[in-house]
Amino acid sequence: MAGQSWEKTMEQTSESQRGEAHDFRQVLKHSPFHVRVDDISQIKSWSSWNGYQTARCYDTLASEYFAIRSSCSVMDLTPMEKYRISGPDANRFLSRLVVRNISKLRVNRVTYVVWCNDDGKVLDDGTIFRLAESEYRLCSQHHQLDWLLISSLGMDVNIIEETHDVAALSVQGPTACAVLSEAGIEDLGQLKPFQIMQTTMLGFELTVSRTGYTGDLGYELWTGTDNALKLWDTIFGVKARGLYDVKPIGLEALEIVRVEAGFILPGDDFNTAETTVRAEHDRSPFELGLDWLVNFEKGYFTGKRALRREQGNPIKRRLVKLKVEGNKPPTDSFLYDAKNGQRIGTIKTNIWSPILKANLTMADIEYKQGKAPGDIWAEIYYQKELEWRATWAQCSVSEEPFWSHPRRTAKPPAMY
Amino acid sequence: MTSQSAVLVGGGHNGLVCATYLARAGYKVQILEARETVGGAASTISFAPGYQVSGLAHILHSLSPKVCRDLNLPGAGPGPWLAIDTISLDRQGHHLTLGENSVSGQGLSDKDLKAYPAFKQEFLSYAEALEPLMMNKPPRLKDMDLKDKLTLARLGWKLRFGLGAGSMREFLRVGGINIFDVLNEIFDDERLKGAIATDAIIGHHMGPRTPTTVLTYLLRLRGEIGGAAALPLGGMGQIARMLSESAQKAGVVIRTSARVKRILVDDGRASGVELETGELVNADLVISNADAKNTFLNLVGTQELDAMFARRIHTTRTNGNVAKIHLALNGLPSIEGLSTEQLSQRLIVAPSMRYLEHAFNHAKYGEYSEHPVLEITIPSITDPELAPSGHHVMSICASFAPYHLKNGWQQDDLQTGLQPDLQNRLQEKERFLDKVTALISDYAPGFASRVVASQILTPVDIEAEYNITGGHWHHGEMTIDQSFMMRPVHGTAQYDTPIDGLFLCGAAAHPGGGVTGIPGHNAAQRILAMGAR
Repeated sequence: MAGQSWEKTMEQTSESQRGEAHDFRQVLKHSPFHVRVDDISQIKSWSSWNGYQTARCYDTLASEYFAIRSSCSVMDLTPMEKYRISGPDANRFLSRLVVRNISKLRVNRVTYVVWCNDDGKVLDDGTIFRLAESEYRLCSQHHQLDWLLISSLGMDVNIIEETHDVAALSVQGPTACAVLSEAGIEDLGQLKPFQIMQTTMLGFELTVSRTGYTGDLGYELWTGTDNALKLWDTIFGVKARGLYDVKPIGLEALEIVRVEAGFILPGDDFNTAETTVRAEHDRSPFELGLDWLVNFEKGYFTGKRALRREQGNPIKRRLVKLKVEGNKPPTDSFLYDAKNGQRIGTIKTNIWSPILKANLTMADIEYKQGKAPGDIWAEIYYQKELEWRATWAQCSVSEEPFWSHPRRTAKPPAMY
Repeated sequence: MTSQSAVLVGGGHNGLVCATYLARAGYKVQILEARETVGGAASTISFAPGYQVSGLAHILHSLSPKVCRDLNLPGAGPGPWLAIDTISLDRQGHHLTLGENSVSGQGLSDKDLKAYPAFKQEFLSYAEALEPLMMNKPPRLKDMDLKDKLTLARLGWKLRFGLGAGSMREFLRVGGINIFDVLNEIFDDERLKGAIATDAIIGHHMGPRTPTTVLTYLLRLRGEIGGAAALPLGGMGQIARMLSESAQKAGVVIRTSARVKRILVDDGRASGVELETGELVNADLVISNADAKNTFLNLVGTQELDAMFARRIHTTRTNGNVAKIHLALNGLPSIEGLSTEQLSQRLIVAPSMRYLEHAFNHAKYGEYSEHPVLEITIPSITDPELAPSGHHVMSICASFAPYHLKNGWQQDDLQTGLQPDLQNRLQEKERFLDKVTALISDYAPGFASRVVASQILTPVDIEAEYNITGGHWHHGEMTIDQSFMMRPVHGTAQYDTPIDGLFLCGAAAHPGGGVTGIPGHNAAQRILAMGAR
């Protein structure tokens, strides 16, 4: 009976949740890389990412940004929420969970997905790693265990949160492949974008996926927490040997490159459905410009009925990639359909792109008759020597990522 | 007229009513019933050779007069049933007789004697004020259609001008609270309060102190608007037979022993059903008389549903709490102070509200009541054909007997994961039966020796026998959070479901349990109003 499998899942999960006792004086959890991260950090600028003490910046933002864009960067990815999903119904479960058709996702491949609540509003986004025939890893931005368990009702599936049990590093940048090959990962050049390979390194098992959040060449490495420091030291050993520069980066540099690459961040660029209280403050995939993900041909998925209804109506608003002229930071700016015109939206995230020399933003704007307004202006408030001023800047919507590089998909990547 | 076809999953009394309305409107209707007879909880069974009794529901709290009129049932007016009063048994022989507007019994104070008719009148008027909600789909509060607005307007009118300002204020005060507080305000006599409170809690996982027991009392009282409680001649199965004849006359095809395994859903639309034999039955509409959990989680499957909707269905409270007991007697029990005529009434063992609450306490912790609350009928007194000459049948609803018994009701019932000794578990049913028999013996000395055959159906047995998840005879608790526009859950409270072409027509839908025919009637109205959608 459906009910029993549900209770069983709850028990199993709570078992794995208990873990060892936690010291109450340590407010934020330390990742298995923490001793190295703490050692390298010059400015001790920390932030909480899913409850982990995470570096915002190690020394200077510019050096970290350019490490991603021109050499090799390393980021501790352990705090990202990770779930192991297995069992006879694992495929059926995921298929019903996400809006995308994942039936063609082969073993050792990764795909980007979003999932919705019953009303077709996005709860979170993430990636599905197919590790074996009926074994998957789901990575998500926010904690999703409760939603996964709710979605597992009536399905023969095991869901285990493995966030704390898997150490993960993101190695990104033009020389990422060269650095990791030097570090001892063999045949990395053969790995295609969104492909996974299982390998061994210094005698421990390592999973490598060619994935990232930067729009450039990059890899994500996954292993047991016991191997974390060995992995870190081996990668940074390449630098110590004087072969390539390798630099740890924090959340601030990541924020710049992810906007350049056009990746959205649930919770920052839009309110996730679970945390939304007010009507119409949540967003559907269509309203996030993710219509390409929504597949109505596949079987039923949560939110399908609502999305089908919404699809029939002209879109009312959308999250867009918006370039803002000039060099004044349009932080939290209101957007108008003309200078001094009608207010049509706000800027959610803005960065200055050093590589494009431009103000790049994620903005939520109202559409008219299903179309973006032709003319968009941002009203920018900025300070000059503690004195506030206001100015206007024209904006343009970009349907493509602001920045991408052929390296991202090159096979094999150049070794530089 | 339409050329559409409809298939009903289950032929309970509500399914029969719904099918008849649809057939009369031109639908090609087929009922698929898993059991050997239609009627569902309205059945007459033989539990020992020569002894017949109502299988599950045993007292008719009024079949809807409108349904009787519409379907030309003989029940429009006095039907083939006998009105009965309630007699609350007392060990000293000071029994109380509760009628519609009067109460009698030794030791009642003048105050209570006067208060009772006033109380009944007041509470009947509350029940009547809710009537606009009953025979219609419950209104949605968001995106109302014209009918919803009319229903709410009529409800508002009834509350404000039907009841009047004073009564409305009182109704709004007591509507959500418990029967314990209300009865203590009005009455002194513990026996009287216990007898009235029984109507608020019987069939539910509730004690008199449980919030919203006033509402469950009103839902029970609303039956009295159409006439007093009654015993159907020939058992409740006669009601099923009447409805079944009416359905067949309207052109409904009834197939029994045809168990539906799956409701077929094709791209969000119900397209038919698959029987356990593998046979496919296609239809334009699928109408489920099964409970909501069975319908959605089992027959449709969570795969075809939104995750949160499935969870809402899953978390509805549907665990039964009453055991149905049938006893074959070799003669009438003798209860001091009761005539044979009085023995043919509805007898209850509910000496005080404290007794009821204590009985309920056990259910909270997965035990059956040490001192159960009983609702007893001896239908063979007025209907001698139910038992061999000189013999009788007794039908008992015994509360509380929780679905999830801590020790399990039977060998394969490993609900709690505890490992009590096997022998114990095998005996739990017998033990509860013995407890009930012993309790009756307290009122009728020598009763145990009159019993020549017995049957006990725990909620687990009711689930298996009648295909009702949790064995809850109302298809789910009728608390305020599972009533009206939230029955069984919001999102499917207007008989239509998230699956196009799939409808609910049973007690899981508004206004819930009881052999009333109203859910079936309302579902049919809804289907006809929605047309082919």
